[in-house]
Amino acid sequence: MEQIYRPRASALYDPAHEHDACGVGLAADLNGRASHDIVEKGITILTRLMHRGAAGSDPETGDGAGLLLTMPDAFFRKNAGVELPEEGAYAVAMIFGGAGSEKVIEEVVSSEGGAVLGWREVPVVPEAIGRKARENRPVIRQLFIDGRNFGGNDAFERKLFVMRRLIEKKHLDLYVCSMSSRTVVYKGLLLATQIREFYPDLSEELFRARFAIVHQRYSTNTFPTWPLAHPFRCLAHNGEINTLRGNLNALKARERLMSSSLLGDDLAKLLPLIDPGQSDSACLDNMLELLVAAGRPIEQVLLMLIPQAWGAKYYMGRDVRSFFEYHSALMEPWDGPAAVVFTDGRNPGAILDRNGLRPARYTKCKNGLFVLASEAGVLDIPPEEVESKGRLKPGEILFLDLDHHRLVEDSEIKTRLARSRPYRRWVEENRLSVHGLFTDITPSEPEEDLLRRQQFFGFSREDIDIILKPMAEQGKEPTGSMGNDAALAVLSEKPQLLFAYFKQLFAQVTNPPIDPIREELVMSLMTYIGNRGNILEETPEHARLIKLRRPLLTDDELNHLRNFGAHGFHSRVLRCGFDPAGGEDALRQALKTLAASAVEAASGGERILILSDRELPAGQAAIPSLLACAAVNRALIENDLRPETGVIIQSGEVREVMHFALLLGYGATAVNPYLALETVTALSRAGTVRVDPVTAAGNYIHAVEKGLLKIMSKLGISTLRSYRSAQAFEAVGLNRAFLDEFLPGTISRIGGIGLAEIAQEAVRRARSADGGAPLLPAGGQYKYRKDGEAHLWTPQSLAAFRQAVQQGDYGRFKEYSQLIDDQSRHLCTLRGLFRFKETQSIPQEQVESVESILRHFVSGAMSLGSLSPEAHMAIAKAMNTCGGMSNCGEGGENAERFGTEFNSAIKQVASGRFGVTISYLRNAKDIQIKMAQGAKPGEGGQLPGYKVDSFVAKIRHAMPGVTLISPPPHHDIYSIEDLAQLIYDLRNANPQARISVKLVSEPGVGTVAAGVAKAKADVVLISGHDGGTGASPLTSIKYAGLPWELGIAEAQQTLVLNGLRGSVRLQVDGQMKTGRDVVIGALLGAEEFGFATTILVCLGCVMMRQCHSNTCPMGVATQDPELRKHFAGKPEYIINFLRFVASEVREYLAQLGLRSLDEACGRSDLLEMKPALDFYKAEHLDFGDLLRPAEGKERHFDAARPKAELVNFDRRELLGKLKLDGKPESLELGIANADRTVGTELSGIIADRFGPEGLPEDTVKIHLAGTAGQSFGAFLAPGVTLDLAGEANDYVGKGLSGGKIIIRRARRAGYPAENNVIAGNVIGYGGTSGKIFINGIAGERFAIRNSGMTLVAEGIGDHGCEYMTGGRVVILGHVGVNFAAGMTGGLAYVYDEKGHFDLSCNPDGIDLESIEPGTEAEKELKDLIEAHHRATGSVRASSMLADWERYRAKFVRVFPVEYRNALKAQGSR
Amino acid sequence: MQKRICDIYRPVEERKQDFREVERPFSEAEIRAQAERCHNCGIPFCHGAGCPLFNQIPDFNAAAFAGDWKTAYEILSQTSFFPEFTSRVCPALCEGSCCCGVDGDPVMVRQCEKMIIEKAFSENFVRPVLPAKRRNLRVAVIGSGPSGLFAAEGLNRAGFSVTVFEANRKPGGLLRYGIPDFKLGKNVLDRRLAIMKEEGIVFTTDTRIGRDISGSYLLRNFDAVVLAVGTPAARDLVIPGRELAGIHFALEFLQGQNRVNGNESASLPVSAAGKRVLIIGGGDTGSDCAGTAIRQGAKSVRQIEIMPRPPEKRSASTPWPAWPWMLRTSSSHKEGCEREWCVASDRFTGENGSVTGVEVHEVAWSVSPEGRPLKPAPVDNSARTIEADLVLLAMGFTGVPKQGLVEELGLELTPRGAVVPDPARRIYAVGDCANGASLVVRAMADAGKVVRQITEETAS
Repeated sequence: MEQIYRPRASALYDPAHEHDACGVGLAADLNGRASHDIVEKGITILTRLMHRGAAGSDPETGDGAGLLLTMPDAFFRKNAGVELPEEGAYAVAMIFGGAGSEKVIEEVVSSEGGAVLGWREVPVVPEAIGRKARENRPVIRQLFIDGRNFGGNDAFERKLFVMRRLIEKKHLDLYVCSMSSRTVVYKGLLLATQIREFYPDLSEELFRARFAIVHQRYSTNTFPTWPLAHPFRCLAHNGEINTLRGNLNALKARERLMSSSLLGDDLAKLLPLIDPGQSDSACLDNMLELLVAAGRPIEQVLLMLIPQAWGAKYYMGRDVRSFFEYHSALMEPWDGPAAVVFTDGRNPGAILDRNGLRPARYTKCKNGLFVLASEAGVLDIPPEEVESKGRLKPGEILFLDLDHHRLVEDSEIKTRLARSRPYRRWVEENRLSVHGLFTDITPSEPEEDLLRRQQFFGFSREDIDIILKPMAEQGKEPTGSMGNDAALAVLSEKPQLLFAYFKQLFAQVTNPPIDPIREELVMSLMTYIGNRGNILEETPEHARLIKLRRPLLTDDELNHLRNFGAHGFHSRVLRCGFDPAGGEDALRQALKTLAASAVEAASGGERILILSDRELPAGQAAIPSLLACAAVNRALIENDLRPETGVIIQSGEVREVMHFALLLGYGATAVNPYLALETVTALSRAGTVRVDPVTAAGNYIHAVEKGLLKIMSKLGISTLRSYRSAQAFEAVGLNRAFLDEFLPGTISRIGGIGLAEIAQEAVRRARSADGGAPLLPAGGQYKYRKDGEAHLWTPQSLAAFRQAVQQGDYGRFKEYSQLIDDQSRHLCTLRGLFRFKETQSIPQEQVESVESILRHFVSGAMSLGSLSPEAHMAIAKAMNTCGGMSNCGEGGENAERFGTEFNSAIKQVASGRFGVTISYLRNAKDIQIKMAQGAKPGEGGQLPGYKVDSFVAKIRHAMPGVTLISPPPHHDIYSIEDLAQLIYDLRNANPQARISVKLVSEPGVGTVAAGVAKAKADVVLISGHDGGTGASPLTSIKYAGLPWELGIAEAQQTLVLNGLRGSVRLQVDGQMKTGRDVVIGALLGAEEFGFATTILVCLGCVMMRQCHSNTCPMGVATQDPELRKHFAGKPEYIINFLRFVASEVREYLAQLGLRSLDEACGRSDLLEMKPALDFYKAEHLDFGDLLRPAEGKERHFDAARPKAELVNFDRRELLGKLKLDGKPESLELGIANADRTVGTELSGIIADRFGPEGLPEDTVKIHLAGTAGQSFGAFLAPGVTLDLAGEANDYVGKGLSGGKIIIRRARRAGYPAENNVIAGNVIGYGGTSGKIFINGIAGERFAIRNSGMTLVAEGIGDHGCEYMTGGRVVILGHVGVNFAAGMTGGLAYVYDEKGHFDLSCNPDGIDLESIEPGTEAEKELKDLIEAHHRATGSVRASSMLADWERYRAKFVRVFPVEYRNALKAQGSR
Repeated sequence: MQKRICDIYRPVEERKQDFREVERPFSEAEIRAQAERCHNCGIPFCHGAGCPLFNQIPDFNAAAFAGDWKTAYEILSQTSFFPEFTSRVCPALCEGSCCCGVDGDPVMVRQCEKMIIEKAFSENFVRPVLPAKRRNLRVAVIGSGPSGLFAAEGLNRAGFSVTVFEANRKPGGLLRYGIPDFKLGKNVLDRRLAIMKEEGIVFTTDTRIGRDISGSYLLRNFDAVVLAVGTPAARDLVIPGRELAGIHFALEFLQGQNRVNGNESASLPVSAAGKRVLIIGGGDTGSDCAGTAIRQGAKSVRQIEIMPRPPEKRSASTPWPAWPWMLRTSSSHKEGCEREWCVASDRFTGENGSVTGVEVHEVAWSVSPEGRPLKPAPVDNSARTIEADLVLLAMGFTGVPKQGLVEELGLELTPRGAVVPDPARRIYAVGDCANGASLVVRAMADAGKVVRQITEETAS
């Protein structure tokens, strides 16, 4: 089936990187009656969720839509064409394709004891669907199976599962959508609106269901893939399983250890359980199916696969906690944003991931109708019919017990399951306690030959000073700035650790990063030794485990483990050395021997294997620890020994966080970095690190822990158990044969070195210890050293550059570009290995002019705050003068610059949303959404308080001196359809501007780019990994992201392949330095080019790399008024530079026979690899895939392609009817959930007419009734009031810019407002001013990044007031966990009914205070509650005001400590 | 943050009275505070562009700041064999390219280096370095100035057996006979020579090749010969009156004082005592003459230079990180030496065969847009006479004479008088004699390069 249904991999594009997301829904009748109405409702929900789906280059072909329905028995009785047994005793298989395979299928059915009743071709109307979908439409048939022989419906279902797997394993040209006696799935490559017409079956009145699970898909790609539509056999999923690789690898390790009394011998027929090449949701579906088939209730299976966070910060009963702990030993979480609607065929349910990253809203009606969907308002239900409205909270599950007509809620399900077996006792009685483990930290004792051993493992002075010292002294990961221009490991002449050849993968757009600091409570580094492989059964022995709190072990802790020995936990040390004289062969042999002894030890019952390079016999070299780890891991898996065995790496190599991440990512259980620990103690003893050895060791461990959490969080992974074996890395410069032999499954796209060179480097390291040198080598990775690593920026190239641009000296510039481009001696970059092919050249006069080329140039995003105002303005002026565009970065912009020569053409919208107001957006030519940053993709940022002076504070809408945090994710983008929504919001805010999305190069970036193009972005920027930054952890600078050459090539290839290239422009940046770089970027597919580091060098930067410390002596990257006086940059220098580059571009274009950059775009056929490179490591690189021209017709942006007109509620309903002349006016209208981003375009017009100040409060009043779609009132301008009676979805008041939003209960509603959910998640995100009043409960992340709004709600979910820096928030009811995390400014008042609100807070940076009578606090609170009452008529507010003294006493004021200090500082000024 | 320390000398009145080093001692705290000023830049221009030896300046600054003198010394000695010389006589090219100097005062690298090496001596870190393995190869180094010593040390460490030949009575070359004691105390030199001898390097002094030993003897008895003879020929000023008494080359004057100080001779061949001294040539040698003349009791000291007065701050013609062309005022200048620029000499005047002055005229320079002087032109009616009883010519050096050693070994000279080495015959040249007169540090760096070359070319 792969042949016709799935796209092939092509050059850099790999379908394995595809992502999808979407909208899900469920309609059910709690009375358990089957009706056609439920089917109709299901279809209605689908159409109402259509804006969450997408279409590709063919707008008529959707990415997929479908329904999972209970068996329409009456319908099939009439239409099957055969006599059917009673309901439950026959099954229907819904099959795509398979023509000619009928016999094979029937044989399988009968061989398993079923009887084939007959086939039915499902009637379809092909004209109803899009062209592409039609072209690939399979024949769709239903097979009816008699199941009366199986002794009951459960047994029949299990057999059906077996039959389906057997059919699937025959790899016929077919796909089985469903095969069940209980349910049937109708789905396809459709738009939601097409499904009813395409499948006439669904319109038949006899087609009745008890419930319908529906799904609208948004895929990043557009290849016709009928089978990938949801729902699957037992679920529909909105979100992304980020941990998939780790989950699948773990499954592989235990698959053959499984056994089940229920499945018996049939189990073997099911395995391997998961076919390769499926989507994450399909894999989850397979796993779910197996665990249910093996006998667990489906709710339990879901809680096992998608467990809530159950760390100490969560308030829960002992039994429930034990339930989760017990199951954590069986299964690592399938983690990531997930709203899953599921069913065992009888009853449906729904569950949300631990972090609550997807919305799931539900309504229960008095007549038994239950609706749950990604949005509220998907069915029109009269308010008086509503019994209650709610939402799934993070980690919550719900279940519909249709037989007993009940909605079973979270706590009931969890406690019932927790008590179904004595899990608590099992856990307590079996947990193995290793005496003394993790009680205290005992520092390691440095041995005498420390220096020699450091040399042996390749330590440099930089490793000590730059990496280990800050870790040991401050417990922090070291920070750096200005990106990375050092040679890639495979191009380095220095012997590199094997670790250096890997780059971390990270999440962007489709599966967002999480915040490991502010939302740390969902994360865990806990791990076990001794897991049982058979997860299909539950026994007390499953809990017999050694629990490790963290994966780093000190020497002392390792000793405790070694000496434990009870319950079969004996250990064996295996030495990891090889004979250096033997080179590659000796290393290979040593690995074989090591693996064999590991297998021998584990089969003999040793359950802890310690792979050690400590105390190697004299003369031996150390096996790279990653190789040792991977080899042993693999051998143990092959011999079914892995789950029960703990593999501990004891290695002297390991020192950086990345090293730990790699070892764990390739399967290590724990790591003992003995030499790093000894070094840390030695540093402390020598006084180099100014803390005592115990603290130093503790700090180092803490830094590693934090670093690991960060690396995991960048992938959106919360627990180490899911990260282990996830292999979330790309190798750069390792060849396929080597990887297949030792690290199979690792991505590597340009070939490279193999075992011989790796052995050679290990030997060189070992030999360097023999010389008796009194010092470690300098290093030179992070800072230039003469004999260190090669860098692009050298004293010579920088000096030439500086002098060239300052003096306008093109000759000197050529000297510079010669130094950069001519990397024949010291290779740094991939492009250094390219050369232009010989072609017919043309005279330069025929090439487009310098001025014309300059229009393709932009400056990189650099914020005010990281840069001094002088530097920031010089850049804007230079770019505006020369015809390019400057990028203001994420820090906002002074409104005084709007409309002047200092206005930044590109305005950035980043996760912090600093200063993103309607007038800011309105003054942009490009609005750039920063999804990731080259130097630190997947991470947030922090502008420390000391850099926030009054000017910066004003622009960012903050208080001077208050630390400003940019979260790692955009909290309104947890999925690709969320990005589409933000793009839609921004387009509403400024329909004239281009919307650009900034991504970072990594494998799969092309697929993400395709998704972004489908989200209707105009520009996709691919940033290289080496881009500059004001401050970033060094691990990220070095190890996250990939060179732009790979990213831009992949994006180009994927977009062309998808027919999407014509709709977007591609921009590229990341250490762009010369005309040659630009031309190579163009040939690989880029149309626009960004410069950042070079521009700073124009302005005086000398690469001191200290931007993060505010000490820039050139006045470029500092706010220090004294240092800013040193700023000597001029716009002219930048213009000189860009003109020089453009001149060079012309020279190259002429040489290549191309008349313009547009002509060059995508002509990678003009590039080839430099032949005869005489460097042993570079010889093996292969750029075939990278340089392969994209397959497809449209190879660059097509300006002629018509742009879809903006369709929105404002144009349809508001703009014609409102005068917007500044006089008071009002309007009354109805609204539905498909009406998104209401009031935003209107606000843009007000901003244009009346400036940032807008209109006086309540000038334009709009009264709405119904359900508002997402982003209700986004960027609402001052003077506009949206008054909604009904409910709202996610992102209400996003970026609120002064307007007012009121949301209250529908007029005829009977339910009490304060107990019901009336608004969605992420309300008021990044708002700068204005008011929001919510007469009911709102979702997670309320008032997040508020910097000046006033918000009142009557209850909110988790993470309220996160990262808030200003404004006021009042909550009149319950708040979820982690309130005020990262809050540094503003005030919140919370009604604390039970007196333990502090347990719901993140107390790190706040104080809680009572409201004393007669204080200003009391007055402010009371005023706000009164305002809320006036706006909404809130019953709760009025009862509070009526009995004020009683309620006052229960209010708490949340006061951020930083805010208090800043207020004090302001007062004393 | 600390400021750069300006007062680095002993008081003028005190130091004029003696020949001890003019620089005042610094406290450890002072130097550590100065080392802290180092930014440990991402691109350390001091290390990568300034210092010809590529001293790892940020690294040793950091160690010095930490007070870890042992590590600082280890780092310093990785690139430099004789930091005690450069830290006294080097103009500190590193400081010229220091990032702090782009717009402010550079870090005091030279003083930091000096403290590190002096600490290393006083703490006994400086020990003879013996080669890991002796190779059975002998090398003769001709000349014991900075480059000769550096080559000898490098070769010895690489396992060669080294003999240094020196024509003078004591080894040291320019370090001993050219540089005045008030800049480089000769105890510093002797301290190093003693260590080198312990390391097995043989010094054969009072031996001139071509006079005491033949070239062929050298070639027969050594596997390689390294010429480090410097540029002994000073540039003359051939104008009328040159034959008058009282006109001397600078080096003759300086050597005389150094020999007296070193107890090699009892009296000065040329003394400035009570005389009006005129130094022609505005460079370092001239400045050394000034300091020496002042200490000898000159009545007045004046230094003239044909080039224009350099700007107070870095000239735009030498943009950072280039070595800045700017006005430099030495300790000697501050001791009472008057300086004049744009002065060209026409003829010496004399009485009784002795010089009484120089007739000069002023020149005006055309300059490039960046301020680089291009061409002088005489200024009308500007002729005058500068009176002088002693004239010292400090106008640089011309090159290596053809006669003697060069002929003896059958070597070529470049048109500018530099020795052309002949590696095929294992004859090498280092320092000034190979590259023209330049700085001590450049001579050493060049020697280091040639040592690596010899080591590679003789590797078996």
